[in-house]
Amino acid sequence: MNNKKRIVIIGATSAIAEQCARLWVQNQPADLTLVGRDAQRIERVATDLKVRSPQSEIRVVQAEFLDPDAINATVVNIVKSGHVDIVLIAHGSLPEQTECQNDLQSCRDTLEINGVSPVLYAEAFAKEMEKANHGTIALIGSVAGDRGRKSNYVYGAAKGLVTRYAQGLQHRFAGCGVKVVLIKPGPTDTPMTAHLKGKGAKLAPVEGVAKQIVEGVESGKPVIYVPGKWRLIMMVIRTLPAFVFNKMEI
Amino acid sequence: MRQVTAWGRLSASPHHVINLNDPSTARYLICHGIHPGLAHGMGRSYGDVCLNPEGTLWVTTGLDHFIAFDDCTGRLACEAGVLLRDIQRLVIPRGWILPVTPGTQLVTVGGAIANDVHGKNHHVLGSFGDHVQSLTLIRTDGEVIQCGPNEQPDWFAATVGGLGLTGVITQAEIQLLRVAGPWLETETVPYANLDEFFRLADDSEAEWEHTVSWIDCISGGGGRGLFLRGNPADVGEQPEPVGHKLTMPIVPPVSLVNRLSLRLFNTAYYHLKKWQAGRTITHYEPFFYPLDNLLEWNRMYGPKGFFQYQSVVPRDVGQDAVQAMLKEIARSGDGSFLAVLKTFGNRQSIGMLSFPQPGVTLALDFPNHGDRTHKLFERLDAIVHEAKGRIYPAKDARMPRELFEAGYPRLAEFIKYRDPGISSGLSRRLMGS
Ligand SMILES: Cc1cc2nc3c(=O)[nH]c(=O)nc-3n(C[C@H](O)[C@H](O)[C@H](O)COP(=O)(O)OP(=O)(O)OC[C@H]3O[C@@H](n4cnc5c(N)ncnc54)[C@H](O)[C@@H]3O)c2cc1C
Ligand SMILES: NC(=O)c1ccc[n+]([C@@H]2O[C@H](COP(=O)([O-])OP(=O)(O)OC[C@H]3O[C@@H](n4cnc5c(N)ncnc54)[C@H](OP(=O)(O)O)[C@@H]3O)[C@@H](O)[C@H]2O)c1
Repeated sequence: MNNKKRIVIIGATSAIAEQCARLWVQNQPADLTLVGRDAQRIERVATDLKVRSPQSEIRVVQAEFLDPDAINATVVNIVKSGHVDIVLIAHGSLPEQTECQNDLQSCRDTLEINGVSPVLYAEAFAKEMEKANHGTIALIGSVAGDRGRKSNYVYGAAKGLVTRYAQGLQHRFAGCGVKVVLIKPGPTDTPMTAHLKGKGAKLAPVEGVAKQIVEGVESGKPVIYVPGKWRLIMMVIRTLPAFVFNKMEI
Repeated sequence: MRQVTAWGRLSASPHHVINLNDPSTARYLICHGIHPGLAHGMGRSYGDVCLNPEGTLWVTTGLDHFIAFDDCTGRLACEAGVLLRDIQRLVIPRGWILPVTPGTQLVTVGGAIANDVHGKNHHVLGSFGDHVQSLTLIRTDGEVIQCGPNEQPDWFAATVGGLGLTGVITQAEIQLLRVAGPWLETETVPYANLDEFFRLADDSEAEWEHTVSWIDCISGGGGRGLFLRGNPADVGEQPEPVGHKLTMPIVPPVSLVNRLSLRLFNTAYYHLKKWQAGRTITHYEPFFYPLDNLLEWNRMYGPKGFFQYQSVVPRDVGQDAVQAMLKEIARSGDGSFLAVLKTFGNRQSIGMLSFPQPGVTLALDFPNHGDRTHKLFERLDAIVHEAKGRIYPAKDARMPRELFEAGYPRLAEFIKYRDPGISSGLSRRLMGS
């Protein structure tokens, strides 16, 4: 056994998650388990982290993201080698909204990978953490889940699902040793948004977003908006009456 | 298409921007995209060496992963988009340092190789390429070339200082240098004229690893300035300075740099620093990268942008040539905040098109005043040409082709290594394609 903080990252090749991982190992050596779908890509992240922090333990797990049995087996296997302090569930995919409208297959894929899949992972960890009465489950949702908009409502619906789910999980674990943190990033400069950059979108630098996530997860706040200004912006967006909102090009 | 500008903000031209985020897909993207393309790091070059207007830019900043670091030997392997800042922050606490870095650490490894950048210690350690042990180059026809000083050295000599024109560097291995910690012992010595500058430079080279000077190019053309020198110092543990980042929030409608502000700045700076002259202990970040905490300071020159004019002239004619250039600049009234004068050591660079050569280098920023500025440059060109000097492509946006050809005698040899699927604004301007 060791006394390093044990952190599991689902979707460890995500740019946001990777920056979080760099900060975690920079603060102090950690025991990291990186979970992703592509062995070569996770290995690249692991190699980099190992150089940054030779004292850290870095494990990689190639996993399935939709099959419940496989997800359960992956999580059980991870927990077998020791209690988990933090799990960050980060994977996601942002398709063109029109693709979801024109192709039901793509619509379903979007709902599943952004909504169902993170919930299955969270639920599997919830069971294990409940037994240990210890741990933090951090889920990356999105400001897009706060109100449906024509430019990305299928993705937004999946993120909304994660929002409701996190609320319920927070209720379930209220007053016990397990914490649930929902992270809602605004538009962030990562490969996911590269296509928006050309259209002049204002994107937050990923390093700053990751720093706020790491701090937020540490403090165990139930909902973190990153950057923080999005809390206010989304409050306004959520409360706009439909006759105003529906006229907006957003 | 996206508008991309270089550091001098002289132009904003449309580019197909392709992000290379993953080494496993880089080769495919480089081979199968729209050609010509060009690698682009942090865009810290001032002019069109990092631009390819109407063409493709392969942005490498996503190739930001370390691959291996050996604490015992100081060998570092990393992807080409890793920032020098991130290397320094990783290795200095472990007793190693990048042997050569330019005046900003916000540049990529690939960009540092392609411009074979130099630092304040050229007289001791040469330029960046001298410390690269190997690199991987991807060509647009799909060929992958591994080269280094002892492996395909011709490809290495073409690619170090090769201005991105021989292929895309995807990773590199660098030999680092032992260092005690992040501190330097530094000294500022005022000088009254160029005679004194050269005497200080000569006297300092044996004893000091880092030398550079700021020169006041407004007051009379006499060449007063401040000579800065430094050595790594072992001072044990000390609290590191906390970086305060300030960003120039907007582009002011006119340049904030004008004759009056320059004169005031230069006089104030000279007297302030002169008053602080003497020895002190300095952290490496403010010493090596004094402007990095003033993010986007390049905006202060206003919407028309600015030029940097950096030349190197051989030592034997160096003093006369520098004197002549200072005189032209003082006469024009268009001086600069950032006038830097430094001697290069007596060593040849590895790269066929590397900029550093034995002599003295003068770097100056000028706000873009159109014709007036170009006229001044023509007079400076004549002096550089006469002195058998050359201009630094990393800073250039306008040198005439004849001056480029005269300054870089290995150009014909270099051309054979060019990748036909790669081109830049600068290569079209100075090499015809
Ligand atoms: C404040 C400041 C101070 C500076 N001080 C110095 C100094 O002291 N000494 C000095 O030498 N320079 C100095 N420079 C210039 C700077 O170091 C160089 O321009 C450097 O090359 C910029 O690196 P970059 O990553 O921004 O590359 P870019 O500017 O984006 O590109 C530079 C060149 O490298 C090529 N390139 C980039 N990545 C790759 C790759 N992966 N493969 C192949 N080619 C590639 C590009 O095609 C282009 O030709 C300074 C610049 C600034 C802004
Ligand atoms: N960037 C933003 O503006 C923004 C804003 C709000 C919320 N978010 C959320 O933040 C999280 C991280 O996003 P990011 O910006 O870091 O994006 P990113 O760099 O593009 O990362 C996406 C991650 O999701 C994984 N992934 C995508 N599709 C998958 C699939 N079908 N099966 C398994 N894994 C899959 C990717 O794995 P591979 O590497 O194997 O492809 C990668 O790890 C996501 O949940 C995203 O929705 C992002």
